[in-house]
Amino acid sequence: MTTDPRPLRPGRPKPWNDPRVRSVVFQILAIAGVAWVGYTLFHNTVSNMESRGISTGFGFLNETAGFGIIMSLIPYNETMSYGQTFLVGLMNTLLVSGLGILLATIVGFVVGIARLSSNWLVAKVALAYIEVFRNIPLLLQIFFWYFAVLGALPGPRQAVNVGDIAFMSNRGIVLPKPVFEPGAWVMGTGLVIALATIVVLAIWARRRQAATGRIFPVLPIAVVLIPGLPLLGYLLTGGPVSWDVPSLGGFNFRGGITAIPELGALLLALTLYTASFIAEIVRSGIVSVDKGQTEAALALGLPARRVLRLVVIPQALRVIIPPLTSQYLNLTKNSSLAVAIGYPDLVNVFMGTTLNQTGQAVEIVAMTMAVYLTISLAISVLMNLYNRAVALKER
Amino acid sequence: MQQTETGLEPESVASPVESVARDEAIIQVDDLNKWFGDFHVLKSLNLDVRKGERIVICGPSGSGKSTFIRCINHLEAHQRGRITVDGVELNEDVKNIEAIRREVGMVFQHFNLFPHLSVLENCLLAPIWVRKTPRNEAIETGMHYLERVRIPDQAHKYPGQLSGGQQQRVAIARALCMQPKIMLFDEPTSALDPEMIKEVLDVMVELAGSGMTMLCVTHEMGFAKTVADRVIFMDGGEIVETAAPGDFFTNPQQPRTREFLEQILQH
Repeated sequence: MTTDPRPLRPGRPKPWNDPRVRSVVFQILAIAGVAWVGYTLFHNTVSNMESRGISTGFGFLNETAGFGIIMSLIPYNETMSYGQTFLVGLMNTLLVSGLGILLATIVGFVVGIARLSSNWLVAKVALAYIEVFRNIPLLLQIFFWYFAVLGALPGPRQAVNVGDIAFMSNRGIVLPKPVFEPGAWVMGTGLVIALATIVVLAIWARRRQAATGRIFPVLPIAVVLIPGLPLLGYLLTGGPVSWDVPSLGGFNFRGGITAIPELGALLLALTLYTASFIAEIVRSGIVSVDKGQTEAALALGLPARRVLRLVVIPQALRVIIPPLTSQYLNLTKNSSLAVAIGYPDLVNVFMGTTLNQTGQAVEIVAMTMAVYLTISLAISVLMNLYNRAVALKER
Repeated sequence: MQQTETGLEPESVASPVESVARDEAIIQVDDLNKWFGDFHVLKSLNLDVRKGERIVICGPSGSGKSTFIRCINHLEAHQRGRITVDGVELNEDVKNIEAIRREVGMVFQHFNLFPHLSVLENCLLAPIWVRKTPRNEAIETGMHYLERVRIPDQAHKYPGQLSGGQQQRVAIARALCMQPKIMLFDEPTSALDPEMIKEVLDVMVELAGSGMTMLCVTHEMGFAKTVADRVIFMDGGEIVETAAPGDFFTNPQQPRTREFLEQILQH
C-alpha cells in the first residue's frame, strides 16, 4: 500500500468503511469458516469409523461379493469380487445412459420439428406430448412404465407372441439373437467396404463440385450402399448367420436376448422425459434464427431444403448445443433413479448392495461420485468441442 | 409457409393505362391483390417495368410498398391477379418461383447476411448451390462484385465484424453474384446511420448506371431525383401517382402526393 502513487485523500475512510479492508477481512473469514467445516467433517468421520472398527482403504474391492445381479453385460456371478460388481453397475449405467441419449436425441429432434409443422394435427400432437411428459415427475413416469405398462403384461406362458420369434411378457422382451458362423466376416467386410466407399465418394463429390459445380447425390447412395453391401455378402455366402430363437421352457424363455423390464421401463421413461425437453430446445433453436435469414436465402433462389441445411440449421445448432448438453448430463444423472425399480445400475448395485454389505461409505460414495463426475465432464468436453466448431465469429 | 388461395385469375388482357409496349416489359403486374387476413393490403396494382428501367416506390409506412416488391419474387403470395417476370408467370409452382428468384436479386432493410459464413462465402453460396458454378469461378465472380462495392479487403471477415454500410454493400454484392436481370431494394438505407447512407447510395447509383433493371422502395428522394426513370407513390395499398421524377417532385397531381412530399421535404 505504501507504493500506491495516488495521494492519500484527507478524508480517507475509517478501516471498517474502506472497501479494500472490508473485502480482505471477509475473505479471511470465509476461508476460516470453510476450513473449520472441512476439519470437523474429516475429524468426525475418522473418529466415527475408528469407534465402529471400520477399516479404511480400497481393499474391500477384492473381497467376494456373494450376491447375484439380474443383468450384466460382462461375465458375472456371486463368487466374484466387489470390484466386479462396480464394473457391472458402471456398464449398466453407461448402457442405459448411452441408449437414452441416442433415443432422446432422435425423438426430441423429430418432435421439436413436428411442433413447428404447418400441419395442425401434427403440431398439436407434438405440443400435447411435450406438455404431458415435461410436467410429470420423472420418478412417477418410471413407475408408470414399470408397474402400469410393462408390469401389466401377461406372464411368460401367455406372452404376447410376435411371429413366434419375439415375445413380450412381464419378464421382459425376448428377441432372437444372431449367431455368427464362419463366413460371416464377408458381411462385416461388406459393411467396411460400403463405409469406405461412402467416405471416398463424399470427398470426390466435394472436389468435383468445387471443380465443375455439379452436385453429386451422396446421401441416397449411402442409404442404399450401407445396408446393401452386407446383404449382398449374406446372400453370396449362403446366409452365414443363424438366429437363436427364444422358446418357452418351464416358467421362462430359453435362448435369445432378453431385455429385462427394469431396463425397458427406465429407458422408456428417461427417453420420453428428456426428449420432451430436447424438443423444446430444438424448437427454440430453429425459431431463434431470424426470418430474414430464410427470406434472404429463398430470394437467392435456394430450394427450401438447402435453405434449411445451409442457412437455418447451422445457425440453430449454436443455440441448441449448450442446453442440449445440460439435458444429456441430466439424463445420465437421472439414470440413478434406476434404484427405485431395481434396475442394477451403479447406484443400485454399488452404492446400494455393496455399501450395505461392506459399510465402506466414504470410499464407495467417493467412487460413485467420481464416476458421475467423469461421465458428465466427458460429455461436457465433447459437446464444448462441437460447440466451438459451430460457433459464430463476431468481432 | 402459408398456403393461400390462388383462384380467380383474370383473363390475360393488355393493361390499358401503361404506355410501355407489352413485349418490352420484363415485369408485368396485372390487377395484383393481396390480403393479410381481412386486411386488403394491395388493391388492384398494375405496373409494367421495361428492361433497364429504374423505378422508385415511395409512400407512407403501411402503404404496402414493401409487400408489393416482396410479391415480385414471391416472398409474399398474392391472392388475385397476375405477375409475370422475364416471361415466367408466378404461381404456386415451386419450379417457377425458383426460376424467377434466380433472376431477381433482393436487398433487404436489415441486410440479412448469413452470420455463420464469411463475406466471400456469403457471395459464393447461391452461385455454387443454385447456379452450380465451379468454386474457383464463383470466387472470381464474388471478388469481382466485392471490388465493385469497394470492399474486397473484407472478403474473409464475418458480417458481424463489419459496419452497417459495409454489410449492406456486401448484401448488394451477394445478390449481384447471381447475375440477376432485376434488382429489388426494400428500404436499403433505412437501418443505416446517416454517415453510411451515402456509401450505399453511391453503389446503387453506379449500379443504375450499368443498365440494371431496378425497383427500389426508399425514402431517399435525392436518389429518386438523380436515378429514377419513374417514381411511384403508394398509399393505402393503391398506386396513387406515377410520374417521371421531374414532374413528381415539382408538379404532383394528386393532393395526397403533395401532402406526402410536404411532410418529407420540409427539412
